[in-house]
Amino acid sequence: MTEQISSNPEELGRRKFLTGIIGIVAGAVATLVGLPAIGYIISPGVKQQKQEQWLTLGPVSGLTPGTPAGFPYSQTIQDGWVQSSQSGVAYAVTQDGQNVKVFSNVCTHLSCRVTWQPERNAFVCPCHDGVFGLEGNVIAGPPPRPLDQFQTKIENGQVMILLEA
Amino acid sequence: MATSPTPQPGRGQTLFEWLDERAGLTTIWKTTLARLVPKTNWFYTFGSASLILAMLQGITGMLLTLYYVPTPDHAYDSIQYIMNDLAFGWLIRGMHHWGATLLIIVVFLHMLKSYFVGAYKYPREITWLTGGVLLLVVLVMGFSGYLLPWNQRSYWATSVGTSVVGAVPLIGPFLERVVRGGQEVGAVTLARFYGLHIWWVPIIVLAMIGVHLYLVIRIGITSPPERDE
Repeated sequence: MTEQISSNPEELGRRKFLTGIIGIVAGAVATLVGLPAIGYIISPGVKQQKQEQWLTLGPVSGLTPGTPAGFPYSQTIQDGWVQSSQSGVAYAVTQDGQNVKVFSNVCTHLSCRVTWQPERNAFVCPCHDGVFGLEGNVIAGPPPRPLDQFQTKIENGQVMILLEA
Repeated sequence: MATSPTPQPGRGQTLFEWLDERAGLTTIWKTTLARLVPKTNWFYTFGSASLILAMLQGITGMLLTLYYVPTPDHAYDSIQYIMNDLAFGWLIRGMHHWGATLLIIVVFLHMLKSYFVGAYKYPREITWLTGGVLLLVVLVMGFSGYLLPWNQRSYWATSVGTSVVGAVPLIGPFLERVVRGGQEVGAVTLARFYGLHIWWVPIIVLAMIGVHLYLVIRIGITSPPERDE
């Protein structure tokens, strides 16, 4: 750098040089803090907290055609740093001993729990008398749609359902 | 009015003069409070009312932070504690709760008055614009504060309110997850709404009030328009 005071505005004098350096340093500091801050703020919204887990219910051969079998399950829900568990019953239904549908026991009306009542041959919700058939279809009452189904697969004769949290 | 506020001589007078000579107290008094104003009416008090309500919200809010805990486990219970177990907890929280609604009403009335007397015109455009930002920012305060009691009403109001963000084309769902800090309203939402409510938005409010009042003092206030104007 030249030490002499320059009167030519085109020339890079000491004052101009230092102003530039200060600007660059300030910009670097702002970037160094600002960019991580953006990531810091948006990361909980970007990070996939969804956990998928296949749960084995039991052998297909253990199911009686025409009679749902209830399998209790529980899963962990992660909400930020808070962990909680949610439990329910999965009803596995087979008509032909080969294809299996698995229903959630959460009523599609207001999320009460339905149970299978053999004498009525239907899933019945205790809260508002919602009645669902063997295929999860609405027979009577206020439910707006059939029972929700789990994604299922059969591996080595075992029925498995996908738990999503 | 414009002379020294402590007329009696003595130790107080001496101390005041000592301070005044060094800190320019009389100048501050003259320029901020004892300045000349046109003949106005009662509608011109909404601005001061907004300021006083905002200060009350600040003080009662700072008091609430002494006991309130912004986590799903403790938010609701800590407010129950404030309401039922503390001396005057119900009063402090009640002032903050009702003051919030009142502040929004008064800020809005202040805006209406400024509109009707044409106070947004030259040279007060920046005062009007900062006022507009202040109205929006006060609404953000109301919205972020609404979640903090963590009861059914606040939870579902925030679910609905944040899903509005999701209606933005293309990036809506992303923005919604960023605002909520996840797929659903939860622990992260509560924590970030709290941070927003007690740090980020109040600092913006303070900065905006600073500019707003500086301009009011610098330019002065409008006189109400005459009937035949």
